[in-house]
Amino acid sequence: MKKSHDIRRYPGFGTVTVLFFLWLYAPIAVVIWLSFNENRIVSVWTGFSLKWYRAALDNGPLLDAVRTSLIVAVVATAIATTVALMAAMVLSRNPTMRGAKLSETVVNLPLLLPEIVLAVATLILFSQLGLADGMTRLIVAHSTFCTPFAFLPIRARLQGMSTDYEEAAQDLYAKPLTAFRRVTLPLILPGVFSGAMLSFVISMDDFITSNMLATGGTTTLPVYFFSLIKKSASPELNAISTLLIVLSLVLASAALVLSMRAMRRDP
Amino acid sequence: MTRGKAVEVFKVSKSFGDYQALKEVSFTIHENEFFTLLGPSGCGKTTLLRMIAGFDIPSTGSISLFGTEIGTLPPHKRRVNTVFQSYALFPHMTLEQNIAFGLENLGWDKARRKARVAEMLELVHMTPFAKRKPAQLSGGQRQRIALARALAPEPQVLLLDEPLSALDLKLRQAMRDELRTLQRQTGITFIFVTHDQDEALDMSDRICVLGEGRIQQLGTPSEIYEEPENRFVADFIGATNFLDVEVLSVDGPRARVRTPMGIEIEAAQKGVSGPGKATLSLRPEKIGIEDQAAGEIIAGTVTARNYMGGFTHYTVETRGAVLRVSRRNALSQAESYAIGQQVRLGIVAGSARVLGQ
Amino acid sequence: MRRGFRFWGLVPAWVLMAVTLLAPLVIVALVSVAKRGAYGGFEWDFTLAPYRDILFTAGWSDELEFDPKYVLIIGRTVLLALITTAICMALALPVAYVIATRGPRAKALLIYLVTLPFWVSMIVRVYAWLIILGNDGFGGRLWQFLGGEGSLLFTPTAMLIGMVYSYIPLMVLPVFAAIEKLDPALLEAGADLYASRWTTARRVIVPLAWPGLAAGAILVFVPALGTVLEPMLLGGGKQITMGTLIQTQFGSARNWPFGAAIALVLMALVMGVLIVNALRAGHKREAEA
Repeated sequence: MKKSHDIRRYPGFGTVTVLFFLWLYAPIAVVIWLSFNENRIVSVWTGFSLKWYRAALDNGPLLDAVRTSLIVAVVATAIATTVALMAAMVLSRNPTMRGAKLSETVVNLPLLLPEIVLAVATLILFSQLGLADGMTRLIVAHSTFCTPFAFLPIRARLQGMSTDYEEAAQDLYAKPLTAFRRVTLPLILPGVFSGAMLSFVISMDDFITSNMLATGGTTTLPVYFFSLIKKSASPELNAISTLLIVLSLVLASAALVLSMRAMRRDP
Repeated sequence: MTRGKAVEVFKVSKSFGDYQALKEVSFTIHENEFFTLLGPSGCGKTTLLRMIAGFDIPSTGSISLFGTEIGTLPPHKRRVNTVFQSYALFPHMTLEQNIAFGLENLGWDKARRKARVAEMLELVHMTPFAKRKPAQLSGGQRQRIALARALAPEPQVLLLDEPLSALDLKLRQAMRDELRTLQRQTGITFIFVTHDQDEALDMSDRICVLGEGRIQQLGTPSEIYEEPENRFVADFIGATNFLDVEVLSVDGPRARVRTPMGIEIEAAQKGVSGPGKATLSLRPEKIGIEDQAAGEIIAGTVTARNYMGGFTHYTVETRGAVLRVSRRNALSQAESYAIGQQVRLGIVAGSARVLGQ
Repeated sequence: MRRGFRFWGLVPAWVLMAVTLLAPLVIVALVSVAKRGAYGGFEWDFTLAPYRDILFTAGWSDELEFDPKYVLIIGRTVLLALITTAICMALALPVAYVIATRGPRAKALLIYLVTLPFWVSMIVRVYAWLIILGNDGFGGRLWQFLGGEGSLLFTPTAMLIGMVYSYIPLMVLPVFAAIEKLDPALLEAGADLYASRWTTARRVIVPLAWPGLAAGAILVFVPALGTVLEPMLLGGGKQITMGTLIQTQFGSARNWPFGAAIALVLMALVMGVLIVNALRAGHKREAEA
């Protein structure tokens, strides 16, 4: 009888886990694989071709959407990261101050609410304010829901960092701003980077809010992507998807690796 | 010798919420002094140091540095520097950059900075390591750089927050000597915080024993050890036998007491006003055993024996009290007393202290 | 830190959240009791009509008739979110257990692999399932091979597959964190006290992993309640949920007050779950203190 007596092992768990990871990556793999498919019909493989990438790169509206998404993502990331950095500095250094808990909840609020509610709320607000400029609408809304994604890694990094460094800097005659610039900021930079990258990815990927707020001239990439799906499942979609997947995976990996390495380096 | 006042702490109290960490503490530290704040954890010694550095603000009271009130100045406006317990060397800067950091903030020009950094590296024997980062150093080397960094801006007072606690035993001993030498060389006032009585006794000019947020005693190392003023100090510094005694008479600084062993002795007293109950503190090494027994002699039985290398500790049961006695192991094979053996103990009156309750 | 910065450092965050989040939520609440505009939008005129419309429709002669249509949509959304949560729990437990019992390097790598797909655009992930579950796709063919009727796409099952896929990392991570803290000696103690493996699992592992499962349940259930994309694409628009209902009211249906009312119901559900969870956590802390 070849039965394992290691009580920590459960028969079937290993199989479930292997299947789980296959299932997790299958959709991504399928889309990447089909993006090189020469056939017009999305899911029938007939041969290798790069023509859908060429088609995507020649697609004017698509490039416009990419441009819109990039501008929104860059500006929203800059705003969200700055706001989050300032809030994280105050909250991690004064955890017992009045309103600290409430402020932390408010910063993280976008994570707690369903995105559709948030999208509807901002839509009504903008219509009431008469704010019609699509780009401004998108940037403001994206800044809001990107803030917690920027906040969490920065906060974690600050919490893991001893206050001794800041005190040492001030002890050595650095004014508060100098101490921040020369000591605190360089030390939390990995956290700031991963926060910024995560909010960039979140902004680039957003569909629900952008779709609700989009006006004619300002279509983001996911919104444009959605309109293509609605029209027809063209293999060009696979090429665009692959590009989006690669972008997300690279940025998210960078963010995760950075924060992990930073965590390991510190005692 | 008259010396200037480096730091004056006057009626300083500090509360954190409901918890009172310090209660109206006052003392003066002289120029060029190696001053130690000694006490168990939670006694308020680190809080006191942090208030002198400017990281915490006193709830009430004042702190002066060379005659100038600094109680509410932010840390970067005080000419004091700190050696942190964790060293807090900036991990993203080289050793040179770490040492130069304070000088840059003080606005020293480049040539002067360079010379001072070189001088400091030389002082702590770390010149070859100038371009390294803190992560590439051993604990002892980090300690030296932390010292160099804090000394570089020529502070009026140097604060040291348990700087030796992260080092292993051998290194700690060597660093004690180095710190003492450095203090003499630089002539800067050192304020040293520790919970380690050996360090305090070894290095300090004066020691301030803190306990429960108050000063328990302030004095030279030998005063603290030989003439503890209360039970807290006698208990915290070194080992001692506490005996409940009855005061028969008080004559100024001396009192006559009856011990539980039945004998009467006369010893120096503190805090006793008249006949009544009191505590007698009797250091184990001040009790002679057998051939070393002198003064009042009592008889007892050895009930435990702990061989410690340089010393042997005996627990001796006498009529009325259990005494701990320690005997130095002499050059020749020391005499050893077995458990159960009858021994004679001698108490030298001059070495005992009578302390008020 | 200077007192000044303590205040000013938080100002941008508060302004941003107050203007773009808190104020809009108040406005949503106001709109949900406003009158529908003639050409979309709304007019400031107090009425409870939007909430009434959730339960009733006007019958032949304007008398109100109970209409379960929207109640059913709300119920179905909750049910869908519950099933999604349950499947995620069942799947995450063995996976998290296997990951947690690996060596430190393998553990870090596997957790990283669990997290990674989460960052791929939601719409791309849903689109991928659209292809796979289509009649020509691998999933669609498997469905037919297994004797499934009609096409798999545009069914509740397709939506569920997409939702579980979207939210599973949010379940695996907290469950993993809980199991990782579990002392292996406890399993040995279980075995030592004559428990079989499965008894140990039931009586030792699951109770100790419970805080992770509970946290994961919140993380999955809340976004699943508000899900929009899966019903729109994988449900083919036939499977209406609260999310898509809100979306339609602000889009083609042009009934903002009704959309706002549904949004408020959705938010009330979410807040209810969060509050119950917070109270439960508070109780527990008290019990342990």
